[in-house]
Amino acid sequence: MRRIPQPLLVVGLVLLLGVSLVCGVGMGAAGIGTADVFRFLWAGVTGGTVHAGDAAAYTIVWEIRLPRVVLAAVVGAGLSAVGVAVQAMVRNALADPFVLGISSGAAVGANAVILLGAFAGLGVWALSVSAFASALAAMVLVYAVARSPHGLTPLRLILTGTALAYGFEAVTTVMVFSAARGEAARSAMMWLLGSLGGATWPQVPLAAVTVAVGWAWLRWRAESLNALAMGDETSAALGVQPGRLRRELFLVTAAVTGTVVAVSGAIGFVGLMVPHLVRMLVGADHRRVLAVAPLAGAVLLVWADVLSRLLLAPAELPVGVITAVVGVPAFLLLMRRGGYAFGGR
Amino acid sequence: MRLDIEGLSVDAGAVRLVDDIRLVVDSGAFVGLVGPNGSGKSTLLRCVYRALRPADGVVRLDGDDVQAMEPRAAAKVLAALPQESSAEFDFTVAEVVGMGRLPHRDRTAASDREICAGAMERTGVAHLADRGFLALSGGERQRVLIARALAQRPRVLVLDEPTNHLDIAHQLDVLSLVRSSGLTVLAALHDLNLAAAHCDLLYVIAGGRIVASGPPHDVLHPALLAEVFGVRAHPVRHPETGAVQLLFDLLPPTP
Repeated sequence: MRRIPQPLLVVGLVLLLGVSLVCGVGMGAAGIGTADVFRFLWAGVTGGTVHAGDAAAYTIVWEIRLPRVVLAAVVGAGLSAVGVAVQAMVRNALADPFVLGISSGAAVGANAVILLGAFAGLGVWALSVSAFASALAAMVLVYAVARSPHGLTPLRLILTGTALAYGFEAVTTVMVFSAARGEAARSAMMWLLGSLGGATWPQVPLAAVTVAVGWAWLRWRAESLNALAMGDETSAALGVQPGRLRRELFLVTAAVTGTVVAVSGAIGFVGLMVPHLVRMLVGADHRRVLAVAPLAGAVLLVWADVLSRLLLAPAELPVGVITAVVGVPAFLLLMRRGGYAFGGR
Repeated sequence: MRLDIEGLSVDAGAVRLVDDIRLVVDSGAFVGLVGPNGSGKSTLLRCVYRALRPADGVVRLDGDDVQAMEPRAAAKVLAALPQESSAEFDFTVAEVVGMGRLPHRDRTAASDREICAGAMERTGVAHLADRGFLALSGGERQRVLIARALAQRPRVLVLDEPTNHLDIAHQLDVLSLVRSSGLTVLAALHDLNLAAAHCDLLYVIAGGRIVASGPPHDVLHPALLAEVFGVRAHPVRHPETGAVQLLFDLLPPTP
């Protein structure tokens, strides 16, 4: 399969992301023209004024849509970068950011807030804080259980993560079933499938910085990831200590996944599909994959979020449903075109 | 570069896998390590290329303890072909060979390309550069991995059963390729005739201990082979080359 030159792809994706962000702000239950979008964005950035008659539209653009669209891009980039990292860390093409049980752990915390009203003292922050705290707790638990005298081995990590995820999911399910209100179960479901509906400006900076730092670190270690993907022994022979790298990867993965899940819920499929999609385009070398995958993930999630708002407007679908409905056929089609080995034959 | 293994021991729980091994590979020599399955060959080699930390003893490269060296510094002088060769992701041949440049810091894309091209030329895989590594045959893969090792520009090469799963022509081919590299080589080998034909010196390992060492034909005598490998060996001369070859059958059952 012919490969597209990487610089062209990166520039193309950056432009596409820009266009997607503008479109994402304009599209929704209340459509707003592109000219107005630019006018309001300009006003927002420069602190200019808008007509009193435009106040409602301006609020939609600046206070509701823009943080949401930006957060979609950040979450998409984060999940894709982490997806690449986890697949290399556990050396398994089926892995995704959630295989380590971190998202299921976060779901316990989130649902404790949604269903049981935990951490009510934290106000609007209760959901994110609780989700992040329980993601962190899950991470510590997975790490402690998966550790062995031989370090963190891929298979132990996957098995521990998967096993504990079942446990966390059971806890969540018990909470959902014992919840008094039917509407609460619906919100819990929405969170489990992922949604950017609750995006606000204050959530953006921390998520953006975590994802950016995680991405930069992974890109910096890309060559070592190549070695790790060839096996622990090969990696050691090339001067990359597999045990240490895997511990660092675990930490970065957990921090980024925990942050992303705290603001958006468990949006599935992006972290699994985008890494493979990008490998089909640029090959397996992590230096190229990590340059492209987060951009591709950002674009994908911005559009998935737009569709989640539009399809049943004014109601919203969980964005995880869109990534699956649109992503699965696209992915299978590309896979059928061949020329790409997912790992092994 | 000279490789010295001094008093090396490795434990796995309460079991001693490798026990007080002493082994020397002179600069430029090709030394073979032979022994039955589970005798500790791979474990010993893992300590040499730093995939395993020994319980006791040191591995020295020209006198320097490899465990004390910075990982990349060690990888610059010592390359290895471990037994695993299953990449999970479909790297191209050029990418796999390019990984050999990883330990080197002061490098440019141009110099890397040149060194990798040279390595692929030497092992005859230049025409495969854009092929997927996973799609290659066993013999091609081994040549590619040797190219990766050469791209590392090492002075010592450690090979763990490099001829496994290869047909006879490829076995000979791989070993002569390694021989012609001129590097200091320590290789675990399965096939005793192959080991005898290619190595300057053989070490025989059994139960984690070195039980014999020396020039191949002094070492591989029928009594030792009966004791270590449990086979009856018949040395015969090759009708054309005159080289001694061993024929094997099972030991007669002892009453």
